[in-house]
Amino acid sequence: MNIREIFNSAWKSLLSNKLRSLLTMLGVIIGVAAVIVMIAVSAGTEATISESINALGTNLLFISDAISRAGPGGGPQNSRGGLTYNDVTAIREQIKGVAGVSVEQQASETLKYGNTTLSSVSIVGTTPDYTTVRNVSVGSGRWFTADEQTRSVKVVILGTDIAKELFGNADPIGQTIIASNTQLAVIGVLAPKGLAGGTDFDKQIYTPISVVFKKFTPSMFARIMGDRVRTIFVSVDTNADMSHVSQQISILLAKRHNVSLTSLDFNIRTQEDIISTQESTTSSFRTLLAWVAGVSLIVGGIGIMNIMLVSVTERTREIGLRQAVGATPGDIQVQFLSEALMLSLIGGLLGVLGGVGGSEMFGQLSSMRTVIMPYSIVLSFSSAALIGIFFGYIPANKAAQLDPIVALRHE
Amino acid sequence: MEKELIIETIDMKKVYGEGEGQVVALDGVSIKICRGEFVAIIGPSGSGKSTLMNILACLDRPTEGKYILAGEDVSGYSRKELAQIRSRELGFVFQSFNLLPRATALENVILPTIYRRENRINQKEQVEAAMSALENVGLRDRTDHLPSELSGGQQQRVAIARALINNPILLLADEPTGNLDSRSSKEIIQLLIDLHYQGHTVVVVTHDMGVAHHTERMLMLQDGKLSSDQKNGEAMLSQAIQEVPRGIVEKGVIQ
Repeated sequence: MNIREIFNSAWKSLLSNKLRSLLTMLGVIIGVAAVIVMIAVSAGTEATISESINALGTNLLFISDAISRAGPGGGPQNSRGGLTYNDVTAIREQIKGVAGVSVEQQASETLKYGNTTLSSVSIVGTTPDYTTVRNVSVGSGRWFTADEQTRSVKVVILGTDIAKELFGNADPIGQTIIASNTQLAVIGVLAPKGLAGGTDFDKQIYTPISVVFKKFTPSMFARIMGDRVRTIFVSVDTNADMSHVSQQISILLAKRHNVSLTSLDFNIRTQEDIISTQESTTSSFRTLLAWVAGVSLIVGGIGIMNIMLVSVTERTREIGLRQAVGATPGDIQVQFLSEALMLSLIGGLLGVLGGVGGSEMFGQLSSMRTVIMPYSIVLSFSSAALIGIFFGYIPANKAAQLDPIVALRHE
Repeated sequence: MEKELIIETIDMKKVYGEGEGQVVALDGVSIKICRGEFVAIIGPSGSGKSTLMNILACLDRPTEGKYILAGEDVSGYSRKELAQIRSRELGFVFQSFNLLPRATALENVILPTIYRRENRINQKEQVEAAMSALENVGLRDRTDHLPSELSGGQQQRVAIARALINNPILLLADEPTGNLDSRSSKEIIQLLIDLHYQGHTVVVVTHDMGVAHHTERMLMLQDGKLSSDQKNGEAMLSQAIQEVPRGIVEKGVIQ
């Protein structure tokens, strides 16, 4: 038999049982589509994460407390240490090659202006360097100064959405809003930035961090220890060496916290570090998804094997006849193998279409982002082909081993 | 000049099973059939004629002895080699036609050509060969019909066309009229006679004397042995002589 004859024979046989062929393929279709969609979803998640980390700014170092993770089972916080606001000042003043240092302390309060009330608005207490470090720009008005920060002047910069909701089309600059019981003077409005790093910059308001410490998150410890902060963002000068700056900060903070360099009570990470940590988390998630999808592909393969076994039994006489007119066991094997392969390849092709379409649709309809990875198409389609050969082999072999005399007598 | 031998079996035996349950289906059969002969193999059921047919058809191998087909000893051939011999040298006609139900008459006739190893022909030649084979059996105008749209006689003629398409040196028919009414039977027998006159070597296995007496020569099997080998006229007579007394003996008339 030549290729064309093998192809024709397999094609005719599949066409003669259209519904059955389609149902048999369904397992493979779903399996292949699942592989593609799942990889697209996890790739989309990864892309979102790395983009959002990059969106935090450029050349950033993240300094965070290590203490909360120090004790067994997350242990109680070490009352002695942790990052404080004074560390921020120290880094800015003593380390060379630092373009800006910023820190955030958040609170959630109800805002009032005239008759308009907005509840649970994020108030971000931060430093004058915030715009540099977080890569945001002021649309109108201005950002607060270091002096205002030191003196805890109650000024506020509004996100565009908040400005619109409170003031409509009126100019908010110079007006006063009330957050909880504190009056804040509006000095600026951010340029629209939207969602980055899981934060909607347009739906927050920004004040000097000292205001937040005093008015919104007062703490007993603060008077003795200085105000504690969670994460310090350091923007490194583009000309400076990141690892050198990072080392200098380590030495400085170790000295300030009175700890040795081998048992630091803080972590310094770069964006790349964070991205790779996130990726290792999502990649194990992706592996799990790929396994689930792979299992459904295997189930599809078993479906093909099942139907091919039925088909061999049903067509025993035909097999006997083909053998009688000269088909060798090899010819019979090739015929059934090619039918199984054709089922899995067509199923694989439909699965690819379904997977690509499904990923697109999933991305459109849900809030999750999907990125179709070309390798997932190659991977799933070739697995489908392998599965066709693998699971087609047993039925094909069974057909080839039939004794023509017995097969011809089969009812 | 002696005619070319197509079939030669030498003391051929076929035994099924082993030990106690052993069944001897063929017990030393030696026959010779020459090119162009029209032969019937007859015998009651259990006589071993099906077994002989299967071996002659290269579907089975003898346990002992030799089977030489057109000068080639095929007794020890593998399944693959036997399949190739079937493809090259043999054409089959079955009692139950064995047409592929979803293939047209033309496609059914083409089927053996796709398994050819030597002298392969292309698609166009396949169709031409099948058309001429169908013409030869008088079904030129039924080429696109499915088996279910043909009468039994027509289906058997398609099967004969299929058997002839690879120009076999031997045409084997196993009860070719077994599933047919008497009128169709006559047509098929006439067709086999015509093929014989065209020079084909035809072997028919049957228990129907109505078919057998149209052949030139009858080989009669009984209990796995060749009990007679006669030219047609004698065969008829011998059959009558053998059958009648046995019937009487069985009924207890003669002790």
